[in-house]
Amino acid sequence: MTRNNRLKGGLINRDTSLNFTFDGNSYSGFEGDTLASALLANGVRLMGRSFKYHRPRGPLTAGSEEPNALVELRSGGRQEPNTRATVAELYDGLDAKSQNRWPSLERDVMAINDRFSNFLTAGFYYKTFMWPKAFWEKLYEPIIRKAAGLGSLTGEDDPDLYDKGFLHCDLLVIGAGPAGLAAALTAGRAGAQVILADEDFHLGGRLIAETGALTDISGADWVTQAQAELASMDNVRLMPRTTVFGAYDHGIYGAVERNADHLAVPTEGKPRQTVWRIYSKRALVATGAIERPIAFENNDRPGIMLAGAVRAYANRWAATPAQSVVVFANNDDAHQTARDLMAQGIKVPAIVDTRADAPDVEGTEVLKGAEIINTSGRLGLTSVQVQLAEGYTRDLYCEALAMSGGWNPNLGLTCHQRGRPIWNADIHAFVPGDGLPVGQIVAGAANGEMTTDAALKSGAAAAVSALDDLGIPATQAELPTAKDAPVSLSPFWHVKGAKRAWLDYQNDVTVKDVKLAHQENFISVEHLKRYTTLGMATDQGKTSNIGALAVMAELTGKSIPETGSTIFRPPYTPVSMGALAGRAVGRDFHPTRLTPSHKWAEEQDAVFVEVGNWMRAQWFPRKGEIHWRQSVDREVLQTRSSVGVCDVTTLGKIDVQGANAAAFLNKIYANGFAKLPVGKVRYGLMLREDGVAYDDGTAARLAEDHFVVTTTTANAVLVYRNMEFVRQCLCPEMDVQLISTTEAWAQYAVAGPNSRKLLQKIVDPEFDLSNEVFPFMACGEITVCGGLRARLFRISFSGELAYEIAVPTRYGDALMRKLMEAGEEFDAVPYGTEALGVMRIEKGHAAGNELNGTTSALNLGLGRMVSTKKDCIGNVLSRREGMNTPDALALVGLKPVDAKDAVPAGGHLMNKDGPIDAAHDQGYVTSAAYSPILNSSIGLGFVKGGFDRKGEHLRLVNPLEGQEVLVEIVSAHFVDPEGEKLRA
Amino acid sequence: MHKLKPITPLGGATRRQDTIGAVTITEVVDQALASVAARNGQAKAVQRALTDQIGLTLPDVGKAADAAPFATFWMGTEQWMVTAPYDSHELLAAELKQIVGDSASVVEQTDGWCRFDVAGAAVCDLFERMSNAPVRSMATGEAIRTTAEHLGVFLWRLADDRIAILGPRSSAGSLHHGLLAAAKSVA
Repeated sequence: MTRNNRLKGGLINRDTSLNFTFDGNSYSGFEGDTLASALLANGVRLMGRSFKYHRPRGPLTAGSEEPNALVELRSGGRQEPNTRATVAELYDGLDAKSQNRWPSLERDVMAINDRFSNFLTAGFYYKTFMWPKAFWEKLYEPIIRKAAGLGSLTGEDDPDLYDKGFLHCDLLVIGAGPAGLAAALTAGRAGAQVILADEDFHLGGRLIAETGALTDISGADWVTQAQAELASMDNVRLMPRTTVFGAYDHGIYGAVERNADHLAVPTEGKPRQTVWRIYSKRALVATGAIERPIAFENNDRPGIMLAGAVRAYANRWAATPAQSVVVFANNDDAHQTARDLMAQGIKVPAIVDTRADAPDVEGTEVLKGAEIINTSGRLGLTSVQVQLAEGYTRDLYCEALAMSGGWNPNLGLTCHQRGRPIWNADIHAFVPGDGLPVGQIVAGAANGEMTTDAALKSGAAAAVSALDDLGIPATQAELPTAKDAPVSLSPFWHVKGAKRAWLDYQNDVTVKDVKLAHQENFISVEHLKRYTTLGMATDQGKTSNIGALAVMAELTGKSIPETGSTIFRPPYTPVSMGALAGRAVGRDFHPTRLTPSHKWAEEQDAVFVEVGNWMRAQWFPRKGEIHWRQSVDREVLQTRSSVGVCDVTTLGKIDVQGANAAAFLNKIYANGFAKLPVGKVRYGLMLREDGVAYDDGTAARLAEDHFVVTTTTANAVLVYRNMEFVRQCLCPEMDVQLISTTEAWAQYAVAGPNSRKLLQKIVDPEFDLSNEVFPFMACGEITVCGGLRARLFRISFSGELAYEIAVPTRYGDALMRKLMEAGEEFDAVPYGTEALGVMRIEKGHAAGNELNGTTSALNLGLGRMVSTKKDCIGNVLSRREGMNTPDALALVGLKPVDAKDAVPAGGHLMNKDGPIDAAHDQGYVTSAAYSPILNSSIGLGFVKGGFDRKGEHLRLVNPLEGQEVLVEIVSAHFVDPEGEKLRA
Repeated sequence: MHKLKPITPLGGATRRQDTIGAVTITEVVDQALASVAARNGQAKAVQRALTDQIGLTLPDVGKAADAAPFATFWMGTEQWMVTAPYDSHELLAAELKQIVGDSASVVEQTDGWCRFDVAGAAVCDLFERMSNAPVRSMATGEAIRTTAEHLGVFLWRLADDRIAILGPRSSAGSLHHGLLAAAKSVA
């Protein structure tokens, strides 16, 4: 039934009516409403079901601390579970559904759990589902997982965009209540760079929730003035709808700005939310305080709310949860709720005050020294039972109860770096202690300054002090006056004797659960938390932690501070995964790198493979080829018989210059480079400090003091970084300068017996490519195509007569086209990484599979490359005894005894006879391919003492898949072992 | 003269320009680049040579300088990037090597980088979404080495409403995509 609980006044725009649905029912509200305020105004108190017992629940609060009123907002890919109705800004067309219930919110079958609450107490998982052991994984866990959780996801992709960004400021003010506004005005007027962030869409904090917070002007009017002034300052950035969710190192704060959550659909191209990383020199936490509930029997019915929230709904949103509201409190502050409601014509049957000396309130009865001992109403409150001081009980009919156990400073951000709060006996609450994050200060209610007047003054003073630290002179802003009295409160945490009195509403933790934890010796707060799940819900126990601590303190006979407090961790409120991911999703997860011939390769319908961030052509299918092997075999055969071209730009290229360039290379390579003549290239092997080989490549000497080092594609960055480390840290005395030129040059391998003929058509005629003038391992700076500067290296990865030619990258595309055009007469083919891999296996060249982080130069058959005549990185440790045993692994070739068999990569090698187990392991296969030249599957692998075992047969096994192939150990150089082709 | 046709970092025959809202993103392809790294103990000699011959002052950390047609920004300890118009200084590295001789190592960097000049009133709003560099407090003539779109880049404040970003050429597409996305966000 819809009832009109809309009041007069408020900060809602009655000219803009907004239609929305909740569980399929249509309602309307106004601009400025939240979903919760609009539902309350429509007479809806029931908004959700609790986590464990499926108890009917309505909103407890009017803010981000809400534990109860969680809904699923939107639908399809935009569906967002566990959205707090109390902060969901109403928009036209909003579609919300209740969650954790079936079949409907009013009739929820799982509410049966409530009947079995005696069995579902704290720790029941651990006690109930222990036996039989095998049932846990197969039965209990799936059932529990199905029953657990609140909202649901659709599994569809989120269609919206999320941004990330970075902001810098002198002073970050977190919270735009009285303290935050006073601080921002003070700092803004001083000319400091200020960011003022508030999670709410309306600035003002409690100033806009209270009547008469200020004496000479309404709170809302002063907020409007302050906001207008701040908005006019270029040095101030106002960020409403922005939750600062974490305090990180060095004054960095994480914040999420909800750019479009108040719209049905974000504007095209615009983000729904933005995660900001805010670099602050100083940060002022002005996050206010959170009211605490009182635990009493059945204190969780819809309509039972915090007194400050009821007041906020009435004053700011012009909404009341009911026409008849009882107040239950231990402090004067809650009396204002009664006054504000009565001023709006709402009936307040009584104020139940636990204090015997509570003051009177005009217009209603104050039941002093009384307690509420029970409530009624299945889907919403209908009455409360009061235990009067005189000893007898009285029922009060009401549809809402405004309760208040006092206020806790909102400490979340002060604890994010393990700051421990301290107890303030004056306000009976924890306040920030030592160990605040660097540069952080706290003001206002968050610091225990519980009056508006104190909040305003402390905010302004904190800003002056923070700016003073930064050398920015500032004077406190002129502030409005406020004459509110300090909170007068007598601690009261729970009504004794209650059977089920809720502390943590969201996770259904009651006073009884805390007692049980105590009884079972889970007394430490950390144990209490984990045993009962107190504070572990999406609200992080913002309204519950202190109540549970108080109960535990009572049970143990200790004080609350002695009992301790649990730590708050980021995020302060939940942050959506989409916002954390930002734009880096799907294809944009990481940047891609395109080779200079990418466009041309696309035109050839190349199949691409990701190699790191590079997109490399894997093979180039031709018409009629339906299997990749057909393309790869063709590319290999054509290259070996005529000529092929491959884009090898991805190999790392590092320019090394300086008077000590050669000595430097001697240091980083295992083999010597000092005597390499200008105009020559040498293969080099790099070792880690522990003597294990980690990269190989070539270094070309272009001048006495100038080399170009090439690295493998995968290790380009690592090698460059290691070289910089050697240059800067190990050998700073060496005169050597490094810079990457990987991107600057487009480089192509031109391989095959016709490669020289092809290049002769490209390279300008004054450069002689004959074997005599430009032999194997020659290099030089040349020109091509009529004058374009280029570099030519006669090196070969395929084992063929081969060159690598480099031109400035902008001409890479043109050179590829030119090479293919000039190569037409030789039937030149482009080849991809697959053919490249096949040819290097045929040639026995090690690659990443062999340089796998466990193998030494000796294992690779390159032991003699590790020079003993000079020092180099890894030299000493490569001589360790254990790395030089006679049966050390050795790189060998493997071919199947039966040519029809395949050599699977990754398999392990066992002797022909004997057991197949780890103890008898003879080695393993690192690379395998089908060789179209040999018409056989071939492989490379490491075999114990393998250099002396050529011709021996081994079993190549894969016990997991039941494979076993008989293979023969052969030379790793299947093709042209003498190297005649590449020297031709 | 060779007849090979160059392509731009984005793969086009000519530079690409996009205007989104009040922001214009222009692919810059007319500048040659060369790195100049002082040899050990030779920074002053490098500075002297460049000042004497082309009037260029080598800037301090985070700064840029210019002496038309040349400009330069700091890129590392005693290392600078020098730029000049490509058409007139295609062989910029060789030209600079002539000037500095053995006092510095000079490396051609022209095609190692892509560059986009982003212009418009919202230029800081845009780069705030790309990089953690404090772009709002960067004065004209400051250049910073930072990251954007997971790439190592330089940001160079050319004017109040104009910032150049230089990133690795092979990732020009990714960087450009990031710029367009950020431009749409702030449009």
